[in-house]
Amino acid sequence: MSAYALVEQVHTQHLVFAEGKPFQMSSGATLSPVTLAYQTYGALNPERSNAVLICHALSGSQQAAGTSATDPEELGWWYDCIGPGKAFDTEKYFVICSNVIGSCFGSSGPTSINPQTGRPYGLSFPVVTIADMVDAQVRLIDHLGIARLLCVGGGSMGGMQVLQWASKYPERLHSAIPIATTARHSPLQIAFNAVGREAILRDPHWRNGDYYGHNHPDAGLAVARMIGHITYLSDTSMHSKFGRRLQDRERFGYEFLKTDFQVESYLQHNGNKFPARFDANSYLYVTKAMDYFDLSHETGRLADAFRHAEEVRFLIVSFTSDWLYPSYQSKELVRALSTLGINATYVNVKSVWGHDAFLLETSTMTELIANFLNRLSRELAIAPPLAYRALAA
Amino acid sequence: MSIPTAVSTSADTASIRPDLRALATLVQPDSIVLDLGCGEGILLEYLSAVKNVRGRGIELHEEGVRACIRRGLSVRQGNLHEGLGDYPDQSVDYVVLSQTLHYLNNPSRVIAEMMRVGRQIIVSIPNWGYWKSRLNLLLKGHVPEGPASPDKWTSERRWQAMTIADFRRFCREQGIKIMADIYLGPKGVSPSKAAANLLATTAIFALQSSIPHRQDSDT
Repeated sequence: MSAYALVEQVHTQHLVFAEGKPFQMSSGATLSPVTLAYQTYGALNPERSNAVLICHALSGSQQAAGTSATDPEELGWWYDCIGPGKAFDTEKYFVICSNVIGSCFGSSGPTSINPQTGRPYGLSFPVVTIADMVDAQVRLIDHLGIARLLCVGGGSMGGMQVLQWASKYPERLHSAIPIATTARHSPLQIAFNAVGREAILRDPHWRNGDYYGHNHPDAGLAVARMIGHITYLSDTSMHSKFGRRLQDRERFGYEFLKTDFQVESYLQHNGNKFPARFDANSYLYVTKAMDYFDLSHETGRLADAFRHAEEVRFLIVSFTSDWLYPSYQSKELVRALSTLGINATYVNVKSVWGHDAFLLETSTMTELIANFLNRLSRELAIAPPLAYRALAA
Repeated sequence: MSIPTAVSTSADTASIRPDLRALATLVQPDSIVLDLGCGEGILLEYLSAVKNVRGRGIELHEEGVRACIRRGLSVRQGNLHEGLGDYPDQSVDYVVLSQTLHYLNNPSRVIAEMMRVGRQIIVSIPNWGYWKSRLNLLLKGHVPEGPASPDKWTSERRWQAMTIADFRRFCREQGIKIMADIYLGPKGVSPSKAAANLLATTAIFALQSSIPHRQDSDT
């Protein structure tokens, strides 16, 4: 029972930094102060060597595990993989997850109050990149007194942060688990994000981002979310989830105001509930960060981005039916690492669930991640936290 | 939730297949080994246990790759052609091709690539020159199945029969030096080199290119 208490109820902490010297961002802009909302699960060992950083995707938050202290119905977004005895085993590892800057779950973003005006930043918040998100996470890891993370892991946009860590701070992590992700956003990925942003920008309630205190551009954000949900599924999973089945009716309605098909209803449901938990401006900022992401940008050669990462171990996972982040992007990454002689394990997991697979293929992910981390911990002689040493003995 | 793991025991090391045990004698301790078509990682696990090698594997099938990860091995899913091409010249000590050459579409190209990537390469092959295989064709008129691991001609994977004599000739023609050779017959018999093509079911060769490699090959 006590083991479960470690993760079951979670709460968010906040780190505020750059109150003096402002935080420098990729665009050239600066930000001061910067707030990071984060949660931790499990305990640090005395050597401070068992820390794992989890990076979230586009709409995720710092609540990666457990149930929310305020709403017991609300499970962490990677609940199935983080906790006692799970893939990221909180009886062995100290797991950290922070909300990316630009997002809207308590970290600095367009909804934060601009200290200069006393009003929400809106579009005056500086444009954020994946590099900025990671630079901010480094401050958190410094603050927690962790010299080197055992692992940084995440899927989709979380995977981009993982790759950014390995590229820019290779001496700060032993291993990287980028899942269903890419080292450079493709035109297809940019295109879907662009249409999502358009839906928001064309919502009359958006008002150039200055909508706080008024009606929010919920319709635009809902459409953006619907597009997202299409890209997270696959042709096969849509066939099996919905087929051509009708929603709450026996025959076609021959009208437009009510939905006919189950797939329509699913998209509307997910679209409509999204604005209650996500901010439209944050959607613009975070998708833009993904679109700008390209680790090969500097020299045109992806391998150059990892030239200092020889010591980092990689576990790279893609899914056969993921057409948003197709396997070729992971293979491109594996190839780049192999040309440098970097130790990269790669699996293309057979799955019908499309991009969503990284959250759904729990038993496969558990097997891959747990065995990878076990091996690494054995080699590096990582001790469990004190509370669990007696149990392990 | 129970997480499937493969825990190797001393029993596993003791019951290792004889050709893999023999192959391991050609590997120096503490070296880096790349195993092409590593399957479930049995050879790599054995080599890490008895020779403390740093193993890497390339395997086509997801099931094999996952078995390797359960064994704590570093493995990459892909085919040999796309897999090998990415490795830098002379970047590993040994590239191993164990009981796989007869399945390859372009064996001489794969061997050339192995020579480029590895300082030494180890190839083990089934020998269709084995006397029973010869008799099978001569007396019964059937194409002999593999001498050690039978594959029917109808099996899913296409294979090409070859003999020790074929392989030696190939090496001669390609300017490849045979540094060491081991021959295994049935029931633990080790035939002499002269009689191997008739009596051995399996042959293992350690090879080196006789063409001098780039300057970094000695480091």
